[in-house]
Amino acid sequence: MVKADDLEWVENAIGRMVPKEIEGVEIIPYCGPFNAVPTKTHRYGAKLGHIADQKSQIVTTLNDVIDKVGLADGMTISFHHHFRNGDMVMNMVLEEIGKKGIKDLTLAPSSTFPCQEEAIINAVKNGTITRIEGGSARGEIGRMISSGKYIDHPLRIRSHGGRVRAIEAGDIVVDVAFIGAPSADELGNLNGVDGPSACGTINFSYVDARFANKVVAITDHLVEYPNFPMSISQELVDYVVVVDKIGDPNKIASGELRITNSPTRLKIAKDAVRIAGLLGFIKDGMNFQAGAGGISLAFTDFLHQKMKDEDITASWAQGGSTKFLVDMLKEGTVKKLITGQAFDVTAIQSMKEDPKNHVDLPIGAYANIHGKGCTVNKLDIVVLGASEVDLDFNVNTATLSNGLVAEPVGGHSDTAAGAELTIITVPIFRGRYPVIVEKCTTVVTPGVTVDVIVTERGIAINPRRGDLLEQLKNVKIPRDLRICTIEELQKMSYDITGGKIEPNWGDDIVALIEYRDGTIIDVVRSVVPKYYKDAIFVDNRDKTDIERREN
Amino acid sequence: MRLRRSRLYVPGNNPKMIPPAGLYGADVISLDLEDAVGPDYKIDARMMVSEALKVVDFGQNVEVTVRINPIETPWGKWDVKQIVCDRLDGIYIPKVESSEDVLQVDELVTEMEEKKGLQIGRIKLFATMETAKGILNAPEIAKCTKRLEGITIGGEDLTADLGGIRSSDGLAIHTSRQLIVLAAKAAGIQAIDTVYSDFKDMDGLRKETETVKIMGFDGKACIHPSQIEVIHGSFNPTIDEIEYSVKVKHAIEEAKARGSGVIALGNKMIDRPIVLKAEKILARAEAADLNIPTYEEIIKTQKEIAEAKKAERGES
Repeated sequence: MVKADDLEWVENAIGRMVPKEIEGVEIIPYCGPFNAVPTKTHRYGAKLGHIADQKSQIVTTLNDVIDKVGLADGMTISFHHHFRNGDMVMNMVLEEIGKKGIKDLTLAPSSTFPCQEEAIINAVKNGTITRIEGGSARGEIGRMISSGKYIDHPLRIRSHGGRVRAIEAGDIVVDVAFIGAPSADELGNLNGVDGPSACGTINFSYVDARFANKVVAITDHLVEYPNFPMSISQELVDYVVVVDKIGDPNKIASGELRITNSPTRLKIAKDAVRIAGLLGFIKDGMNFQAGAGGISLAFTDFLHQKMKDEDITASWAQGGSTKFLVDMLKEGTVKKLITGQAFDVTAIQSMKEDPKNHVDLPIGAYANIHGKGCTVNKLDIVVLGASEVDLDFNVNTATLSNGLVAEPVGGHSDTAAGAELTIITVPIFRGRYPVIVEKCTTVVTPGVTVDVIVTERGIAINPRRGDLLEQLKNVKIPRDLRICTIEELQKMSYDITGGKIEPNWGDDIVALIEYRDGTIIDVVRSVVPKYYKDAIFVDNRDKTDIERREN
Repeated sequence: MRLRRSRLYVPGNNPKMIPPAGLYGADVISLDLEDAVGPDYKIDARMMVSEALKVVDFGQNVEVTVRINPIETPWGKWDVKQIVCDRLDGIYIPKVESSEDVLQVDELVTEMEEKKGLQIGRIKLFATMETAKGILNAPEIAKCTKRLEGITIGGEDLTADLGGIRSSDGLAIHTSRQLIVLAAKAAGIQAIDTVYSDFKDMDGLRKETETVKIMGFDGKACIHPSQIEVIHGSFNPTIDEIEYSVKVKHAIEEAKARGSGVIALGNKMIDRPIVLKAEKILARAEAADLNIPTYEEIIKTQKEIAEAKKAERGES
């Protein structure tokens, strides 16, 4: 366990204290969104292969493949999260590894979902996994991390782009990448559009395939050679394992994502569209990114209506793609669609049917700041959520207000840094917690990259964006759209909820929030549960302990 | 008189729905103590509503009202006594059948205003007729007190009382609606229509709202925030109406400048009803926060459109 008191601390560019060094690794404090240059000169190189005249890479069982790749104690393994809550790959691999008694592994997935919680927690408890280099950690895994009791090494929380950067720079060296492949042939040409577990794209794995020393494809849909499209090509894949089932189709994609019914959230989405319009961003040739959260879906839908009414066509849109984005593509409101993840059946279908206009991109091409070009830099509008926003416009998406590591950070800081207009859509409070706060519990996205905060009670524009404020002076602002300062929003937020309750921090450092360029923007400490309902990763011993304390 | 295009009902016993009620752009919100609240929760709801009126920030632009229980029920009088306060702008009285029902509330409100040291007469009253008897007494009810600024019709209860059938064209209550409008306008107050209960059916709502607008209603009640925009869309003056009114206004000013008593717009003479209507439309547009172009802007756009058409035809 890394104790906060044992470390030397230094202030970073947003005034957060970060350690100078942690577990013998030097830490570069966050120094502004675009200032940190790469510390390495070259991309990391994966090991060469030697296939001789081999005609097939198929290995019969997972057990055999783990032997063949030479997985040993202390290595790093990776997975993608395209099967979302229907993933079966990580669980079956961890089970096999557990049986073999391999210990001390680092788990470096692009993200995790509740269906993997039990397997990961068990692997941590029995010592198979001792370190997580997660994309993000939610649910019970987050609670486990926040307890500070089970994993000695702090988790590194990275954005989507940040993960690619870390792998390319060799900050994460993946020894074995296990890639769930909805469709594969015997040499390992893989794609995500075909097969019973089709998930649209497997682009989160492109970086793993290129930079992992060994690449294992696991499929339930072996097709005749050659498999088209070759999203991941045979030149990168060491072995192919065929199993019965790699995912549950009903949980991989939602049948039909629904727009929120909450009038408050609908208002937030509508007002986000209105403010983007007033700021002059909704016009021919525009582009945007909006996700699959309730407010984001509603934003996309309202935007679509507005664009149709005013006869506006967007050049492109990107994001976790959904029926709502696909509708825009089909109706010609958007010319091209770039998918990072496909969230519903319509999106998966569309990727298969219209590969010319609906494409996926490697995540590096989406968001890697130490690459050579990425789409986030070309974004006009991005609409994002948050668990907290503070007076400096800093955004927290990693922890809840009570300090628990709980939310995936996704491409939040990547898109915010790249987009011309970054809109954060949040309710002004959730439950009894204020959302607009004086200081974020944890900072993931720096305020200098955030432009507009839209809540149901008012809209705040970042004073750093004088150009936006100037633009608003030239337009008639509808009476029911309240433009105010972030301080006013924060006051409303506190007036309604009674203010922010500080988390009950413990002594351990449990997570480092790595900015997309590899610098450290914030750290997360362990949380000591105050009440049973706030309790973190309650195992039986904890439970009785806490119950006793509460009674 | 203020704009009352939309009136949003908010259940008076729902602590989640009350605080954001003012955010959705409704002209009026009605915290409901009557039909939305079961008999067992009447007193809780009354306490919650009276507290909410004191502490919740509903916003500046919205008229905050409460629908009390009928005055003859055990709750009606106590509702009035407890809710009268600074932030209360109006009271909706349901099941009104005679002037007496309204006057009782009127007296009680005055009494409470005096007791609490509030400005006398600021709180407005609105009467809802939802029985055959109430509808037929509407002309008398509409002018019974200065506090009364509008009368409304309760569709469901009225249809039941008439023994009719509620249909999408509202045939059963058509004449009653017209009587409400007649009574209101004769008394110089507003007529506000009943709710459209299928809150997912926006086309049906739009159709019904258009109809009642044509009949002369000034507004319509709603049960879900998503209905507000549609209702406003129907009651707001159209762009054509606004532009025509601006032109009429311009013609009047021009005639004045010339010292001429005859006003003409194009080839048409403009008489007094047209002038009054134009003024009304502009006032409504102003109150509804709509864009009102200047005369010069309208002419400029018209010229541009004409030129674009010319260019399309290939004329120089």
